[in-house]
Amino acid sequence: MAGGMKMYGKHRFPGRLFIVEGIDGSGKSTQLMLLKKWLESEGYVVYFSEWNSSPLVHEVTKRGKKKKMLTPMTFSLIHATDFADRTEHHIIPPLKASAVVLADRYVYTAFARDVVRGVSPKWVRELYAFAVKPTVAFYFRTPLDIAMKRILGGRDAIKYYEAGMDLDLSDDVEESFRCFQDRIVGEYEKMVDEFGLVVIDATRSIEEQQSEVRRIVSQALEGTKKTRIRRWLDIASLAKGSRESI
Amino acid sequence: MAGYSFFGEGLPGIDLEELKGKLIVLEGTDGVGRSTHIGLLKQWLENHGHAVLDTGMTRSALAGKRLKQAKEGHTLGGITMSLFYATDFADRLENEIIPALRAGFIVLTDRYIYSLIARAIVRGADPEWLREVYGFALKPDAVFYLRIKIDDLVTRVLQSSGFDYWESGMDMHMGEDMYESFVRYQKWLLAEFDKMVETFGFEIVDASGSVEEVFENLRERVDRVIGRNGY
Repeated sequence: MAGGMKMYGKHRFPGRLFIVEGIDGSGKSTQLMLLKKWLESEGYVVYFSEWNSSPLVHEVTKRGKKKKMLTPMTFSLIHATDFADRTEHHIIPPLKASAVVLADRYVYTAFARDVVRGVSPKWVRELYAFAVKPTVAFYFRTPLDIAMKRILGGRDAIKYYEAGMDLDLSDDVEESFRCFQDRIVGEYEKMVDEFGLVVIDATRSIEEQQSEVRRIVSQALEGTKKTRIRRWLDIASLAKGSRESI
Repeated sequence: MAGYSFFGEGLPGIDLEELKGKLIVLEGTDGVGRSTHIGLLKQWLENHGHAVLDTGMTRSALAGKRLKQAKEGHTLGGITMSLFYATDFADRLENEIIPALRAGFIVLTDRYIYSLIARAIVRGADPEWLREVYGFALKPDAVFYLRIKIDDLVTRVLQSSGFDYWESGMDMHMGEDMYESFVRYQKWLLAEFDKMVETFGFEIVDASGSVEEVFENLRERVDRVIGRNGY
């Protein structure tokens, strides 16, 4: 319907949005998972916004990647489409419903990745003007060597676009990945001041990082409503347990 | 020489100097006769020895098929849909239009960013935002805007395929029935097109006449754009 673009920049939704950013191997997903456990145990309604966009957009993205059909511009646009779908379906509604929304990666991933691919920094920022501004955006700062060790140890082969192979940085996947990630880090660093990202030193212990994250989040949660939904969740998990035992 | 440029922040990795062909756009609302005239112009240009690429919306290799399905299912939100169209357009621009221009083709395109912008505005998107997003598009050599009054449009649509769900803006719940909705929706679209005439330098072509009359008019204008002489 007409009547003003939904620009969610400075939203007034009753919920809160916390997001984590950082390169692969920075440990951000682990930290977010721990934050989620804690928030749930505190009785908040937590909504984890995953990248499960509509099957249609998802299929185009998957096919484009598989067939290596994507240019920097279409790569950027199809991911923005995906993100818009996520915003409209998985971020705005829970925020309206006073939930605490958590997201693993956000617009900053796109800003870093697309700019490294040669897209104009100004343009990509305009492109995402519809995005909700997070309550707090954490950036897990990690030296590249540490991150590389973490991922090259325990994961499947690095994919073509993930390694930035489309940029012709190197014929060797691992070498290309390293160069690509190095440039991504450069972009993240530029964004710390620009967007007020909260930097977490990801070389510290998991526990130390988590307690800092929880301290910052709890300050930002003042006034957010807790619910008794926990009881319901307990029942749900009990039910699940009993089904499994049958 | 053409001397191509982008509307705003352009596509990465494109050398504009290499583009030699002509980019000609036919714009106008649904049922105004754009595709008929693209067909006629193509034939006429080819008869005179020009290589022609004709292309239209939602036909990209990357997203075309899925975009059609998305439209039919209408489960996607307004911003998502606008960006899905932009993705589709970018794919066609980079993989069809620009290579054809590089090879010296005359590219006839059935709609361009203007229709995409008009439709998105009517569905609530911010005009400024849309203009920024489409900053990567190439400025065409000419935009022929096939303009028609709403009454003539209704008659024409009834004589051909009848009211279509999307062309009637039925997703926007604008009227009691298809007719009412069609009229309101198309009036709104026409108003958005009219606003763009000056901003984007459209050449207005009166589309209310017969096919022959409109084609004659278009042919003269295309002639001027491609600087055809000596035939």
